[in-house]
Amino acid sequence: MPWFLGLSVLLMVGGLYGGLVLAPADYQQGDAFRIIYVHVPAAYLSLLAYMVMAIASVIGLIWRMKLAHAVAASAAPIGASFTFLALATGSLWGKPMWGTWWQWADPRMLTELILLFLYFGFMTLRSNISERSRADRAGAVLAIVGVVNVVLVHYSVEWWASLHQGQTIANSDATMPASMLTPLLTMILAFSLFFGAVMLQRLRGEVLLREAGARWVRRLADGQVAERGKLT
Amino acid sequence: MKGSPRLLEQAAAPILRPVDTFRTVLGRELTLAYRRPADLLNPLFFFVVVTSLFPVAVSPLPETLTLIGPGVLWIAVLLSALLPLSNHYGQDFDDGTLEQYLLSGQSLVAICVAKTVALWLVAGLPLVLASVVVASSYGLGTNVFGVLSITLAAGSYAICALGAVAAALTVGMQRASALIALLVLPLMVPILIFGTRAVSLEATNMVAKGPIYLVLAVAVLTALLCPLATAAALRISME
Repeated sequence: MPWFLGLSVLLMVGGLYGGLVLAPADYQQGDAFRIIYVHVPAAYLSLLAYMVMAIASVIGLIWRMKLAHAVAASAAPIGASFTFLALATGSLWGKPMWGTWWQWADPRMLTELILLFLYFGFMTLRSNISERSRADRAGAVLAIVGVVNVVLVHYSVEWWASLHQGQTIANSDATMPASMLTPLLTMILAFSLFFGAVMLQRLRGEVLLREAGARWVRRLADGQVAERGKLT
Repeated sequence: MKGSPRLLEQAAAPILRPVDTFRTVLGRELTLAYRRPADLLNPLFFFVVVTSLFPVAVSPLPETLTLIGPGVLWIAVLLSALLPLSNHYGQDFDDGTLEQYLLSGQSLVAICVAKTVALWLVAGLPLVLASVVVASSYGLGTNVFGVLSITLAAGSYAICALGAVAAALTVGMQRASALIALLVLPLMVPILIFGTRAVSLEATNMVAKGPIYLVLAVAVLTALLCPLATAAALRISME
């Protein structure tokens, strides 16, 4: 885990330096485009976290693996945060570029918003069920129903937006020079590692919470108390 | 020792074919609904009241009404269909029927399908009929009624099927209805998009076949997959 975090911080510093200082300003958008170095990785991670959650749910339901449920439970809040970050940075960028904080006709914004709602639903359902094993498996069913729907939502929203008005954003098949692309890829990798680090930290807490009655946890806690006693 | 399993088998009630289970449960649900007409009327009243508030709040001008009509009708149907969901499995849970369903060894999926169909017949279909009446008051022409009722019928069945999953997940929970709304509404976005689009296209005399087929396709997919998830969710909730 420290490896994940360390590498992530290193890459993030490198990526941000490359993105914010080395990369040339866009000829149309000026320096404002630089927000993609946060925005795109966050959006990518918001989807990846959902996939992690859904796959862990499938594993947990089929093989009744407690650890998989713990993974799903700890991925959800991180995914929701990334989704929120993607939406927030997107609207920060939208204000100077499109002249509006929120554009209903943009398919990707709407998909992200629905994704945020799905995360909220998953977390609310889990927190409403006090019995843990039931919360695990109920949440897993919901995550699986949701993952089928994310695909449907994505395509339907895109279809809907294309009918309403043409894309106003720069089309994605425009090529990116390497000086801009390399920092972006670095940032995506850094965000992924960051996700791994936070995820493992949360997973530790989750497992400790779940096994709170187990002997090894108690021994761990006793050891820490004894150590603290020695210090004072 | 050898004979005992067979003895047990004979003592238990026979396992019905799924079709017969479906028919029995459907009959029971419809009888129950018939004896409690308030359950049938509540969503209907809600629907009529909500749709009559929109012209007051937005604008009573005919051109505005025809513009917002399809969307208002769809959203009103969505919200009205959510009302009976918290009771969908709640009632059976409270009086122990749900436990008996699970213990009976009959096909749980068949039971879920039967309950969904009953819910749709009682809560969904009346809304579809009412929406045609309300549509005419919004100035949508008679040419729209066909598309409106087909898409709404498919859409409301999808709401019932998806809602059944949420109801099964939240069965026995306090304040389940708000949670059900949070779980179901985001999942209804695709059908809402295609449904309102189909009605709007038809209202402006354009070809609406594409979105109609898409509504039907998504509804069929939902109708086929959701009972499986509902049955799984019931097993989890009733442990």
